[in-house]
Amino acid sequence: MIAETSSSGTPLLEVEDLVVRYPVARGLVGTLQRRPKLQVHAVEGVSFTLRRGEMLALVGESGCGKTTTAQTVLRMLEPDRGTIRYRGQDISRLSSRRLRPLRRQIQIIYQDPYESLDPRFRVRSAVEEPLVIHRLGSREERRKEVAEALRLAGLDPPDLYLERYPHELSGGQRQRVAIAASLVLHPDVLVADEPVSMLDVSVRAGVLGILSELRAQGLGILMITHDLSTAARFADRIAVMYLGRIVEEGPAQHVVNNPQHPYTRALLSVVPKRDPRERTTPQILRGETPNPVRVPQGCRFHPRCPWMIEDCKSVDPALRRPAAATSPDHRAACIRV
Amino acid sequence: MTIVEAASAPEAPASVRAGVFRHVLGQPQAIVGLAVVSVFALVALLEPVLISGDPKEKVAAVFQAPSSAHLLGTDGGGADMLKLLAAGAQISLLVGFAAAVVSALIGGSFGLLAGFFGGKTDIVLMRITDYVLVIPDVPLMVVAAALFGRSITNIILIIGIIYWTTTARLIRAQVKSVRERVYVRRARALGAGNWRLIGKHVLPQVAPLLIANTVLLVAYAIFAEMFITFLGLGDPSLISWGRLIENAFTDDAVLNNAWWAIVPPGVCVMLVVLGSTLLGQAMEDTLNPRLRVGHLSVRRFRIRPVPRTEP
Amino acid sequence: MRAPLLDVSDLHVWFDLGGRGEVHAVRGIDFSVDEGERFGLVGESGCGKTTAILALMGLLPPNASVAGQVLLAGENVLARGEDSAAPHRWSEIAMVFQGAMNAFNPVRTIGEQIVEPMELHDVAEGRVAVLRARELLEVVGIPADRAARYPHEFSGGMRQRAAIAMALACNPKILLADEPTTALDVMVQAQILELLTALANDFGLALVLVTHDLPVVAQVCERAAVMYAGVIAELGPVDELYHDPRHPYTRLLFAATPDLYGDDEVVSIPGAPPRLDREPIGCPFAPRCDRAFAPCPTVTPRMLEVGTHHLAACHLNERVVEAVS
Repeated sequence: MIAETSSSGTPLLEVEDLVVRYPVARGLVGTLQRRPKLQVHAVEGVSFTLRRGEMLALVGESGCGKTTTAQTVLRMLEPDRGTIRYRGQDISRLSSRRLRPLRRQIQIIYQDPYESLDPRFRVRSAVEEPLVIHRLGSREERRKEVAEALRLAGLDPPDLYLERYPHELSGGQRQRVAIAASLVLHPDVLVADEPVSMLDVSVRAGVLGILSELRAQGLGILMITHDLSTAARFADRIAVMYLGRIVEEGPAQHVVNNPQHPYTRALLSVVPKRDPRERTTPQILRGETPNPVRVPQGCRFHPRCPWMIEDCKSVDPALRRPAAATSPDHRAACIRV
Repeated sequence: MTIVEAASAPEAPASVRAGVFRHVLGQPQAIVGLAVVSVFALVALLEPVLISGDPKEKVAAVFQAPSSAHLLGTDGGGADMLKLLAAGAQISLLVGFAAAVVSALIGGSFGLLAGFFGGKTDIVLMRITDYVLVIPDVPLMVVAAALFGRSITNIILIIGIIYWTTTARLIRAQVKSVRERVYVRRARALGAGNWRLIGKHVLPQVAPLLIANTVLLVAYAIFAEMFITFLGLGDPSLISWGRLIENAFTDDAVLNNAWWAIVPPGVCVMLVVLGSTLLGQAMEDTLNPRLRVGHLSVRRFRIRPVPRTEP
Repeated sequence: MRAPLLDVSDLHVWFDLGGRGEVHAVRGIDFSVDEGERFGLVGESGCGKTTAILALMGLLPPNASVAGQVLLAGENVLARGEDSAAPHRWSEIAMVFQGAMNAFNPVRTIGEQIVEPMELHDVAEGRVAVLRARELLEVVGIPADRAARYPHEFSGGMRQRAAIAMALACNPKILLADEPTTALDVMVQAQILELLTALANDFGLALVLVTHDLPVVAQVCERAAVMYAGVIAELGPVDELYHDPRHPYTRLLFAATPDLYGDDEVVSIPGAPPRLDREPIGCPFAPRCDRAFAPCPTVTPRMLEVGTHHLAACHLNERVVEAVS
């Protein structure tokens, strides 16, 4: 799938200090009353890298900025600050014309396989569409590419699926078609936005297995998910987001088995376990996820934090290696670890 | 996928393509509508074969009552009413369908462009639509017909230009929702141009609704043609149902008690309007998500005996 | 032995597809729920779990027909269709619908909407009803003064709590909850599950939790039924379902569910459930089963008692029973 091997030194994606804000609509009354212009601080200084053959899971609750981060990486949203480097090249300010070739390299898989395929397109046309849009290959070459992409996505033999319409396929098969449509352009970065949350439990593992396989072949995969169990079992690294920041980041097993940040600890404690005997008392944080319009001073987690000390109200902690970390790549943003 | 979903929501978007026409024809009113419109369309198409000679030719006495020779009697010029009706069907339906197509073209384009591009395009196009919408139809038609002359082309254009506004609004709303579908966003993210998005993804999705709306417009257009002609603003050289009614009035059919000169063209207009309305509404009920009211119905399930399990 | 609060036996539901045949969505299920018990109904989409509980409520669409018996405190809810179902609805058996948090009328206050079922069922009126609505909000963990707020001023989790308060309006004995936490974040999910557990413990409310999420059932429920293709594959205490599954589907479903700390390989189940517009022959799971043998494709397995209050419909158990006897 991957044409050239990049030098292992340059990551596929490097995101540095990304900031994305949206204005809040004030409404007519608000404007007339000259209320101050408010902003949603969707993403506030997020940095991460994604290497070849790696799956990074961005985990967090709704409103934490994980989807905004992914959309900005894809340049579907404009960053207010920060850089996004693809293979060392800064793409955060490229014009849409110069971006076009890059659109082939970074592909996205959407959450809902029932919505992401045009109901009027047969599988063949749906998978072929990216090639047609980019005017790639002859008709014969495109046929081969489509068949190959379907095979990679686990729809084998492809002939069985080519002439079907989406409504004739199961949810898992549709998601595989969507994956095939992303693979047909030979991308090297795949952004998977909740790729299995709409699928039945019994077929999820199959789709995640395909993603694992692609990662093993050298793709870099950025998976957006709210499901920590899935992230723990399939991702190489996990980055936990809270209110627009990454609060903890590291190798998946280390983050799950040795969580450092109090938010990560709370989040892990409320994930339901399969075994009824493991009914641990969940550490339920009270209240809702706070509003990204009014971000608390100091550590943004302090109002809900069970470990809060006086300093937390004033110090905004940076990511650093915690004392109790068991891996050199494990970082958390908390002054108490 | 899920069988239960399929059972409770038979109009799932994915199966629309295959199911629309079966579903439309599953409704009795659609079959009635289609049958009525088809009969008239057939008569209009076969008119040259069915009728020999000039229908306006004097064949009997003026205002002769229906008889075996002339089933619907004769009009104020002594011409056979049945022949006149058949000839009228041709013009009335032609005007009706052509004007509906003009409306659909204008309204469809306005709705498509406004809904797809949004922003300033949307504001400008919808403002124009609003202005046209608030102009009273009848005076405008009268003025336009008087100004631009009384040819059939002008009549078609005038009717078409007046009735496109509802189509534009309907299509715009639908396009706005289709535009936000994930598969459209995906194609856009891939770098697909606007025309590809419209042609490949958006238009095919709204086309059935546009067709249903056009069928409804046929009813309006035929009715409009009737009263334009009745007001004496139609093409004087052509026979249409409106013209037959106008003639009946100018020839004092009422004073002569010649109901057969007025009622049949009126009934024909009524039947075609009713037929295309029934058909159009059945199609729109199937296609327009806003009109689905199944969930509002009273829930009354049935009880049946437990099936005997085989040993 | 006292009769259970809710006793479902041989429940069937069909949907008429209007000329395209019919779907036998629920094909004869039996289960019972006691006062204060937390019971789970688990299965994947299309297995009939939602249809089954809608049948308990008598809330099926007009193209549905029902057979079987649903005894609510000894009285058959289904005896005379809507006429016998309606009196029990809300007053004895209430439901939190899937996506209920998004089903509030946006232009009426939360309080008014909780009062509505009380007035419809003559439970309370006027000031009494308003006070009761405020009390109910407190019960589900919402400050009473929020009764005057509108739905858009509530977060998703708060709206779900309000939906639960609405279900409790007429003081039911049984609460059916259809995927109550599916669209919610894990932290809010934990809050809602805690609330549902507390309602069962503190008020003796029987809870029927319908979900596709096995871990949620494992954590919240005492007993559960695993449904597949309109029938119950296995029913028993959740502890035994996980540690001693007696139906391959239960075992494979657990194996397909990733666990935070599990180290077993997560594997999907190949194939897809059978179509229910024709009667399946034999065991409906046989084509996807990793342990299917001779009788499976042709003989429908019986529900066998495989332990105390533990039932499974699988031929493998038949062999064990025969071997023992």
